[in-house]
Amino acid sequence: MSGHESTYVPKTGVEKWLDTRLPIVRFGADYMSLPTPKNLNYWYTFGAILTVCLMIQIITGIFLAMNYVPTTAGAFASVERIMRDVNGGWLLRYVHSNGASMFFIAVYVHMLRGLYYGSYKAPREMIWILGCVIFFLMIATAFLGYVLPWGQMSYWGAEVITNLVGAIPLIGEPVLIWLRGGPAIDNATLNRFFSLHYLLPFVIFGVVVLHLWALHTSGQNNPVGILIPKDREKKDMIPFHPYYTVKDGFALLLFMIMFAVFVFFMPNALGHADNYIPANPLQTPAHIVPEWYMLPFYAILRAVPDKFGGVVAMFGAIGVLFVLPWLDTSKVRSMRYRPTMRIFYIAFVINGLILGWCGAQLPDSPVIGTFSTFTLIDGDLNSFLWLTRFATLYYFAFFFVILPFVGLKETPLRIPLSISEPVLRGPDAMSGAVPAQAEKKG
Amino acid sequence: MTISIRKVLGTAVAAAALVACAAPASAAGGAHHPRKAGFSFEGPFGTFDQAQLQRGYKVYREVCSACHSMELMSFRTLGEKGGPFYDPKAASPADNRFVRALAAEATINDIDTEIGEPMTRPGTPADKFPSPYPNRIAAAAANGGAAPPDLSVMAKARHDGANYIYSLLSGYEDPPAGLTVNPGQYYNPYMAGDMTPFWSGDPDKVPEGGFIAMPPVLNPDQVAYDDGTAATVDQMAKDVAAFIAWSSEPKATERKQAGMGVLAFLAIFTGLTYASYRKIWKNVGH
Repeated sequence: MSGHESTYVPKTGVEKWLDTRLPIVRFGADYMSLPTPKNLNYWYTFGAILTVCLMIQIITGIFLAMNYVPTTAGAFASVERIMRDVNGGWLLRYVHSNGASMFFIAVYVHMLRGLYYGSYKAPREMIWILGCVIFFLMIATAFLGYVLPWGQMSYWGAEVITNLVGAIPLIGEPVLIWLRGGPAIDNATLNRFFSLHYLLPFVIFGVVVLHLWALHTSGQNNPVGILIPKDREKKDMIPFHPYYTVKDGFALLLFMIMFAVFVFFMPNALGHADNYIPANPLQTPAHIVPEWYMLPFYAILRAVPDKFGGVVAMFGAIGVLFVLPWLDTSKVRSMRYRPTMRIFYIAFVINGLILGWCGAQLPDSPVIGTFSTFTLIDGDLNSFLWLTRFATLYYFAFFFVILPFVGLKETPLRIPLSISEPVLRGPDAMSGAVPAQAEKKG
Repeated sequence: MTISIRKVLGTAVAAAALVACAAPASAAGGAHHPRKAGFSFEGPFGTFDQAQLQRGYKVYREVCSACHSMELMSFRTLGEKGGPFYDPKAASPADNRFVRALAAEATINDIDTEIGEPMTRPGTPADKFPSPYPNRIAAAAANGGAAPPDLSVMAKARHDGANYIYSLLSGYEDPPAGLTVNPGQYYNPYMAGDMTPFWSGDPDKVPEGGFIAMPPVLNPDQVAYDDGTAATVDQMAKDVAAFIAWSSEPKATERKQAGMGVLAFLAIFTGLTYASYRKIWKNVGH
């Protein structure tokens, strides 16, 4: 799994004995000494931050499950009992509920970093795809977990999301009933959601192991985006430990400060007040909104007038990430050397924020001021409906039009041959595309 | 280095922007933004005013509890540290003499352990606050079809909860001319709702607010405060809002105090880690 030559030498008798039977110490030592490019910036610390986020969620979740009652009659009160009467229960619960948000902040930064530096390109497609699997599982887990406190948003969120399955032609209705465990969302639904919410994090953990295995096989990408030639390894690479343990550790602590500010001083700021109202199937909330990290996808869902079309668009928005390595035609990995693409990338990030904003608004509300302009097909042009549609269009155009097209047409800047020589000198310097081609062979 | 830190900060800003995006839109129609009561427990250092919590409990006990349950509240919680009847001399909240006396005032429905018949007994600190109605259907039937909501976590269940409760209770107004109010309903500018269907005036000037089935229950001097505070409507609304804010999260003060320690620890640890980082990376050109 380590993908590099082992330098571990067992010292003690126990280590020697163990090394010929179960080389677990060798595995750990090799893992930590992985040669890593020396130019990784702070954007690269989010992998470590995410590992910690997952561990925090699993550990707090196990303790919460000891006190949680997965019944429609008992769930809400059991969560409040955790808040009031379980020793340290308020801390466990607030860390867990805010931890989900922190997990998503970190994963979005991590993914956008991968997108910017071309970390999904050969030979790292499997790292990226496994990452997409993790992201999809995270969304599923977060959704299932949000249902468990059995507040109004829990119940109605579950209602809206499971109903999406019902939109699938022919098989939708029976699958919906199978998923819910009955014709309506009830105790059976809550029970299976609890079971799956406990299961999926361990599945995520398993995929994380594969994600890291793939990473250690193909090696770390870096901000320059070049593969480091074997003869440059001594100059350009440093062992992961202690260099990146300490750098990741520092970034992790900064992240923990933000985490702590939310947990201890604004624990409910990222949630919705309605979820402190016990679930009531007879009373629909005025405005059903998902948690903030789902909002961009929720906006895409609502952008399409047809219900099934919306479901396809929403899942397509996640699905397109899986084929990203084959949509990008550029030979250059890092957008540092792709000035044209960089502009589209920045627009993509802003577009994502706009989609999130749209997801929290009523589609008919005006975007600017309170006036209406003219009706375009089925809605006013100055409405979140149309802003959402334009943003959705850009989201998909980025992957299906901009990435393939710009990669073929742009002129990238010259890329350095190695990390230690970030600036090329001399007239015989290679053009950007050549080293990338050379890399493919190696 | 400084640039890299700026990048990390940039991440935090981006995260904050996402949070801002997530702020839910207001419901259809609208309501007045709650007035600020200037509560002592606001902010990272704020703590509850024990005298205010005691007054608030009295308002709840004598006014609100006639219709509203607080099913998640135990009497013993009243004697917890930071609670309205905390007594440092009591060995535990259950031993607290005020809590025992307050619990004993309540009548609890129970089953006789000898003969299995329903019985009533005086409350103990371990009991939950008794509900005014035997069940939700009875509560709805006695209140025009909608059960009065449970108040246990009400301050968390509304945006800007404590200020909202205070504003709603002290903010009843005569309905503006042109607004038709159905019998059994009351106009309140802080209640969320859409007044358009009931408005006969200028369609561009639909009043904010909504209808609420709860009449204006607080009247001057309705509660005789034991500490001599003048029981104005504003004062009672403020006190009971503080009490409900506390009951919504009795561990809030403990949380904020723990947070100060956690932040101090993290700040020191982060500083040490940064120093280690600088030392370890000193000889790496990057």
